[in-house]
Amino acid sequence: MAAPILSIDGLTMRFGGLTAVDGLSFTAARGEITAVIGPNGAGKTTVFNCITGFYRPSAGSIVCTHQDGTQYRLDRLAGHRISSRARVARTFQNIRLFSGMTVLENLLVAQHRVLAPAARMVGLPGYAAAERAAIDRARAWLDRIGLIDRADTPAAALPYGAQRRVEIARAMCTEPVLLCLDEPAAGLNPRESEELNALLMEIRAGGTSLLLIEHDMSVVMRISDHIIVLDYGKRIADGPPAVVQADPKVIAAYLGEDDAEHLPPEVVGS
Amino acid sequence: MAPAAARPPAFASLAAALKDAGLAALVAFGCAAPMMGLRTVQGQGGLTLVPRFDTVAIAVAGVFVGRLLLHLWQHRRGAIRFNLPRVPGAGRAVGPAFAVLALVLPFIPGVGRYEVDLGILVLTYVMLGWGLNIVVGLAGLLDLGYVAFYAVGAYTYALSAQHLGFGLWQALPLSGLMAGIAGILLGFPVLRLRGDYLAIVTLAFGEIIRIVLLNWTSVTGGPNGLSGIPRPTLFGLNFSAGGGPGSFADFFGLEPAAIHRIIYLYYIILVLALATNWLTIRLRRMPVGRAWEAMREDEIACRSLGLNITMTKLTAFAIGATLAGLAGAFFATRQAFISPESFTFIESALIVAIVVLGGLGSQLGVAIAALVMIGGFEVFRDLDEFRMLVFGVVMVGIMVSRPRGLVGERMPTVVLRERKGIDAALVKEGAG
Repeated sequence: MAAPILSIDGLTMRFGGLTAVDGLSFTAARGEITAVIGPNGAGKTTVFNCITGFYRPSAGSIVCTHQDGTQYRLDRLAGHRISSRARVARTFQNIRLFSGMTVLENLLVAQHRVLAPAARMVGLPGYAAAERAAIDRARAWLDRIGLIDRADTPAAALPYGAQRRVEIARAMCTEPVLLCLDEPAAGLNPRESEELNALLMEIRAGGTSLLLIEHDMSVVMRISDHIIVLDYGKRIADGPPAVVQADPKVIAAYLGEDDAEHLPPEVVGS
Repeated sequence: MAPAAARPPAFASLAAALKDAGLAALVAFGCAAPMMGLRTVQGQGGLTLVPRFDTVAIAVAGVFVGRLLLHLWQHRRGAIRFNLPRVPGAGRAVGPAFAVLALVLPFIPGVGRYEVDLGILVLTYVMLGWGLNIVVGLAGLLDLGYVAFYAVGAYTYALSAQHLGFGLWQALPLSGLMAGIAGILLGFPVLRLRGDYLAIVTLAFGEIIRIVLLNWTSVTGGPNGLSGIPRPTLFGLNFSAGGGPGSFADFFGLEPAAIHRIIYLYYIILVLALATNWLTIRLRRMPVGRAWEAMREDEIACRSLGLNITMTKLTAFAIGATLAGLAGAFFATRQAFISPESFTFIESALIVAIVVLGGLGSQLGVAIAALVMIGGFEVFRDLDEFRMLVFGVVMVGIMVSRPRGLVGERMPTVVLRERKGIDAALVKEGAG
C-alpha cells in the first residue's frame, strides 16, 4: 500500500482546561474518501481546523505526503501555505463564499497561487494567458457543478445547495491533493445530497483524496471507503463502513451506553 | 391580528402621535431651556443671566408641530421612504462626461481663477478619496489616519526641496515612496486588528505623525511649518507672475499671468487623480485587487484558499499610502507653505466621509461625493453660519436615501456572459 496522504499522530488540542482532541492518531489513504464521524462536540471540526492550519495543535504531528514523496508538516506550516504548498483545501460548515463577488470571481480568487506570480513576473501578456487558463478551469468546474449559467451571479444570491457546490468547486480550483469537507451535506435535500455524492465520487476519480466530516449517514455510508469515529476527542472505531456500523462502541456513542441515561430524571430517581 | 388592522384607526393613531410629539417637545425643551433660554448680558457688577422664554417657546412649539405633521404624513403615506431614482448604467455615461468636463474646465468661458482653484481643491480630495478607497473600499480596512500619509508626502517634498534642492517632479516619487514606507510601518502593528480596534490604532497613528511634525522643531519647523516650497515647473519653465526669461509666459510669448500657474496646477492634479483612477481600476482586475476584495468579504476563506493575508493587507496599506503621499507633495507645491495644522484628524474624517458617502469601492461615487462635499461646501458659502447646518442636512439626507453611498453597486471584475452590477446589500464592508 502506498504511503497515506495524511497521517495524524498523537494530535492533542487543548483550549484552556478543555481537551477537545486527545491523542488522536489516524491515517487517510491516498485516493480514498475518508469520513470522520462522531456525536456533536466529539472534536471533528477541531481536528479539521488543526489540519487546515486554523488552530495550532497543542501536541502531535500532522503530515501530508504528496505523490512524489514530499512531506509537509501541516502543524507547522503557516496558515495560507497549507493550501498553496501542501495543497490541502477545505470547505466550511457554515458556507464561506465571497458573497459580494460573482461565482466566477470566487473561483478566480481560488487560483491566486497560479495567477499572482504570472502578474508579477511575466508581465501583462503572460498574465492575460494565465487568466484565460484560470477562467477556463473555472468554467470547467462550473460545468461540472451545473452552475455555468449562474457564473455572473453574486455568490450570495444563489440558493443554499448551489452555494455548497460553489464552495466545493472553489476549493477544487486550488488544485488540492487532499480536500477536507466540513459537513458538505448539511442542509441539502435528498436529491441535492444525491448529486453531492456523485460530485464527490467524481472528485475522487480525478485523483484528489477526500476527508469529510458528515452527519448525514446516507452520504457517509455510501461513499466512504474508510470511517473514523470520534467521541470526546478520542478515536473509538476505525474501519470500512460495514465494520464501523456494527461496532457496539459506535452504537453506544451515538445512542448512549445505558438505557437509563435516556430516561427522564424523575424515573431514574425513583 | 388581521392584516387589514395593521394600520391603526385614525383616532388611536392621533392620540399616539400627540403623545409622541409631546415627548419630542419635552426633549426640545430640555435642550432649548439652557442653551437658548438663557442669555448672558454684561450688566453692572459682572455678567447677568436674562431669560428668553419666547425663544424657548418658539423652539418647543416648532418641534411639537413638526413632529405631529411628520406623524400625520406618515399615517397617510404608510412608512416614510426616501428613494432617489435608480439610473441603470449611469456609470458608463456619467464617468466619461465628468472626465471631459474636468479636462476642459479651465477653458470654459466664464471660468476664472476662483473656479479653477476650487477645481484643484476638489480634485485633490477626489485623489485622496480614490487612494483611501483602495484601503477602505476594496480591502475593507477602516483607516482613520489617512491624512498622516498625506502629511508624510507633503513634508518629504518640502524637506527635499529645502535640503536637496529637489523640484516637484524629482520629489514626487520620493514622496510616494516615503508615504508607502509609512503605510507599511502602520500596516505591521495592525495586521491582527479588526474593525473598531483597527480604526482606533490608525486614528492614533495619524495623530502621532501630526504631533511628531509639531514637536520636531529642528527638522519640521514645528507649528511654524515650512515655507518657500518651490512651485512646479514645466520642463524647466517656471510660472513666475512677473514673467521674465525662463518663464512659461516668456517662452510661449504670452502675457504673464498668475492664472497660468493655477491652470498648470489644475492639470497636474487632474493627471495625478486620473492616474490613481486608472491604477485602481487596473489593480481591481489583477490578482492583488481580487485578493483585497476577497479579504473584505471573508478573511478566513481567503486563508483557506492560500492567500497570504499579511501581504494582502500590507499591499493595500502601502499602495493607498503612496497615493496619499503623491497628493501630499502636490498639496505642498500648491500651498508653498505647510504646517501641521493642515493635517488634523478632521481631514482624515473628511476623506473617510467622502469614501463612505460615495459608496465603498465605487470610483465614480467617490468622485461625486468629493464634488458634493468640497464643492458644495463652497457653494453654500453665502449661507454664512447656516452653512454647516445645510451641509449636515444634505449629508444626512444622502445617507438616509442611500445607506450604502451614492453608488452602492459593485461591478464584477470579470464576466463570462453578461456584466451586471451586484447589489450593495450583498457586498460586505469588511471587518478590519
